[in-house]
Amino acid sequence: MSVGIISKVHPVRSHSNAAQGGINAALNPGDSWESHAFDTIKGSDYLGDQDAVEIMTREAPEEILHLEHLGVTFHRNEEGKLGTRAFGGASAARTYYVADITGQAIMHVLYEQLMKYSEQIARYEEWFCSSLAIDENGECCGVVTRNVADGSMELFQAKSVILCTGGNGMVWKPSTNALICTGDGIAMAYRAGAKLMDMEMIQYHPTTLAGKGFLITEGARGEGAHLLNANGERFMEKYAPNKMELASRDVVSRAEQTEINEGRGFPDGTVALDITVVPKKRVHEALREIVLVGRDFAGVDITREPIHIKPGNHYTMGGVKTDVDGRTDIPGLYSAGETACVSVHGGNRLGANSLLDTLIFGKRSGRDAAARAKRTDYAHVSRKVLEDEEAMIADIVGREKGSGRRISEIKLELGQTMDAKVAVFRDEAGITEALEVVRRLKEEAKTAYIDDHGSVFNQDLLAAIELGYMLDNAECTCVAALERKESRGAQYRTDFPERNDEEWLKHIDLEQTDDGPEISYSEVTITQWEPQERTY
Amino acid sequence: MAEYTIKVRRFQPESGEGPYWEKFDVDLDPSLSVLDGLLQAKDRDDGSLAVRCSCRAAICGSCGMKINGQSGLGCKTQIGEAQELADKQASATGKGGKGNSIVIEPMGNMPVIKDLVTDMESTHWAKIRRVTPWLLPHGEPPEREYVVEPESMIDITQSMACIQCGACVSSCLSMEADHDFIGPAALAKAYRFVGDPRDAETHERLHDLADDPHGIYDCTHCFSCIDACPKGVAPMDQIMRLRRKAGEQGIEDPNSGHDHEMAFVKIIEKKGTLDESLLLQESFAPGFKGKLKPSKRAIREMLGSIPTAIRGIKTGKMRSLHKLIPGVHPKLPDQDDVKAIYAHAEEHNEEFNLYIKGEEGELAEEDVEKGIERSTDPDTPQEVKNG
Repeated sequence: MSVGIISKVHPVRSHSNAAQGGINAALNPGDSWESHAFDTIKGSDYLGDQDAVEIMTREAPEEILHLEHLGVTFHRNEEGKLGTRAFGGASAARTYYVADITGQAIMHVLYEQLMKYSEQIARYEEWFCSSLAIDENGECCGVVTRNVADGSMELFQAKSVILCTGGNGMVWKPSTNALICTGDGIAMAYRAGAKLMDMEMIQYHPTTLAGKGFLITEGARGEGAHLLNANGERFMEKYAPNKMELASRDVVSRAEQTEINEGRGFPDGTVALDITVVPKKRVHEALREIVLVGRDFAGVDITREPIHIKPGNHYTMGGVKTDVDGRTDIPGLYSAGETACVSVHGGNRLGANSLLDTLIFGKRSGRDAAARAKRTDYAHVSRKVLEDEEAMIADIVGREKGSGRRISEIKLELGQTMDAKVAVFRDEAGITEALEVVRRLKEEAKTAYIDDHGSVFNQDLLAAIELGYMLDNAECTCVAALERKESRGAQYRTDFPERNDEEWLKHIDLEQTDDGPEISYSEVTITQWEPQERTY
Repeated sequence: MAEYTIKVRRFQPESGEGPYWEKFDVDLDPSLSVLDGLLQAKDRDDGSLAVRCSCRAAICGSCGMKINGQSGLGCKTQIGEAQELADKQASATGKGGKGNSIVIEPMGNMPVIKDLVTDMESTHWAKIRRVTPWLLPHGEPPEREYVVEPESMIDITQSMACIQCGACVSSCLSMEADHDFIGPAALAKAYRFVGDPRDAETHERLHDLADDPHGIYDCTHCFSCIDACPKGVAPMDQIMRLRRKAGEQGIEDPNSGHDHEMAFVKIIEKKGTLDESLLLQESFAPGFKGKLKPSKRAIREMLGSIPTAIRGIKTGKMRSLHKLIPGVHPKLPDQDDVKAIYAHAEEHNEEFNLYIKGEEGELAEEDVEKGIERSTDPDTPQEVKNG
């Protein structure tokens, strides 16, 4: 078996680095996978598929131990065993962590393993994927890539392809996401004919820095930090009297936005996160990264004064529709992590479930992809797909300066529009307006020009291709958000403020057509947890 | 908003031309970063300006570069601060004035691919792979987790905090002189395994790094990497820890660095100031046993140092000649205070790790030492500062 990893950035630059707080697993003797599963399903506002959630929560403990054995430096309790911290929406402290660099620690340890097994696994670092190759039977048979270092185009033939390209946060501005999170895999799968699901479900994280959108980990609230409005009131008492700051993220973000909208925020459109109530030693030991973020990016010493925060774009719950083995609608094409929608997160993801989703379904996809590769032969791959991509690139490079708008202008308009109209609170008029803007921008992108005409590290060209991905993602989110006429999880429609299980306890699926995304529906799998009213 | 001029060292490999400088005028809030400035120039003026970047929050490690000659991350350096430094540097060279250009260059000690993009693979990553950068545990893993001292995990979390940005490599003076030096990033990575109680090859790793002429003894203590590191990894500290551990394991150090350090520490503890008459003997022939039966190496080193000593006397570097007679050097009168410092350092040894001691040595003393825990009770009213 030959395995290759293709990444548009060096793998350790990938965005799993940003998962600060930890990873959930019911590993403690007093905890149970059922409790973890229920919290996840309640957190999802009952849109999560319960069979998938069961798999994820059952396999979680084994995965934590596997990572520990590989060398992840998880925090220990006084007995030297794995220790936990509390996290939002969870009924037990089941979040395992490495200070507040959990994602970074895990990803770097996994990269250590890649170096260890470099004979078996080839790495293509800084190779950019521009499209999927589909054979005459409609099966995925490879990817077309561009070597960023020299601009050469290469068609990789493959029996199985797994898309793990992260989410689409760059569609919104600001976002906690990295600049590389442009929804590449979601768009490539969509263009190849795969179905997308739950695209309206976009998480706004409750604690991001105003303006820059930097993330302050939920771990801060897990360690006991308070949210305060400008009057110094701990306002979560009104919205989630039991869980307070540790309610689900959609609930906390809405509470904050309500405070801000009703004039109880600070003049810069924020509320305050008060970490000074957490013992200093604990802050330095467990929240060091955000001490640095506060100091370097906000000029605030979080151990001495509250820091101003607001809800900000953070996570793509939706994505490429897959089954519990990562299989998409296209044979040979798999997806895992934020790119995929199994769906375990439904309408709202719980903190510290994203690394878990990525690891569990990444592993399952890998296994199934390997099994498929063993039982199938290489398909015939037409070179046409490579030629098409070369022509697409020649077209972009050939556009004359000043012939249209700059790529960066279009991106800015897209980001600001989406953040204004398709965010914490939404309504028909706003979403419709956003959709119109997105469709206009799609037209404008066709003539947008770039400055760099070279082959080596032509980031200008890659940005133009990424813009195309972002616009497809944005269009799908708008269409799905407009379609779902209820409020559930991250989708809060001020014109339909109630959850409506009778009509909308179902997934919205989208498929590409010449006239834009075509809507269909799929059932939510319910195993043992009937939908209930959701309070925290 | 404020206006800045950034002066970027550019290199376009396909142009057939050598590197050149280009100035861009940018307009942004002083609290925004140098990377934000570069991205504005790229967005508005020239999309061909190449710079690796992703997270903008100092966690992905993409945007290592030199800013006003100092290695660091573009996203973590505020442009207002970079301006202040540029002006300070200008006034130091007699140019003075405000609004001097902020100078931005690609990282050092690495080939440049294009503009600010360097070839990290052939330098940085090759060195990382040199230190066998994966855990080598004893036999089969346990059924549950490895049970280890909680402090041990916090201890190596400092080197786990490394984001592989290469800023330390860029700043490393030893590497400038010896391109084969394993270097600060890779050695900090090595400490992550040497300090990991789950790893079974500690001794082999230390031997490997000590025996390599480009290994742990190739570092010259210049502190550049500590200054450059955006994550408080303090690579030099990790190298010193490797040396200390190698010394503890009896691994021979060609420079006798560990013994020299121990001799230094012992003499000060005993006398309060440095007794040079003892330093050399204690470094090569420590203690009573060492002097009773000096090793061949000790004799060779002692004899070998005579010309240096004579040169020192001739040039007036060594003046209090009578102090070269062992035993003449006096004890400091308040030697008990010195001993108290030693005792304190011993007790707080673990606080040398940033993850334990907190930011810039600021330990919340009232919380830790006097055992006062701040209340986390939600009913306790907390003072709120607005603004």
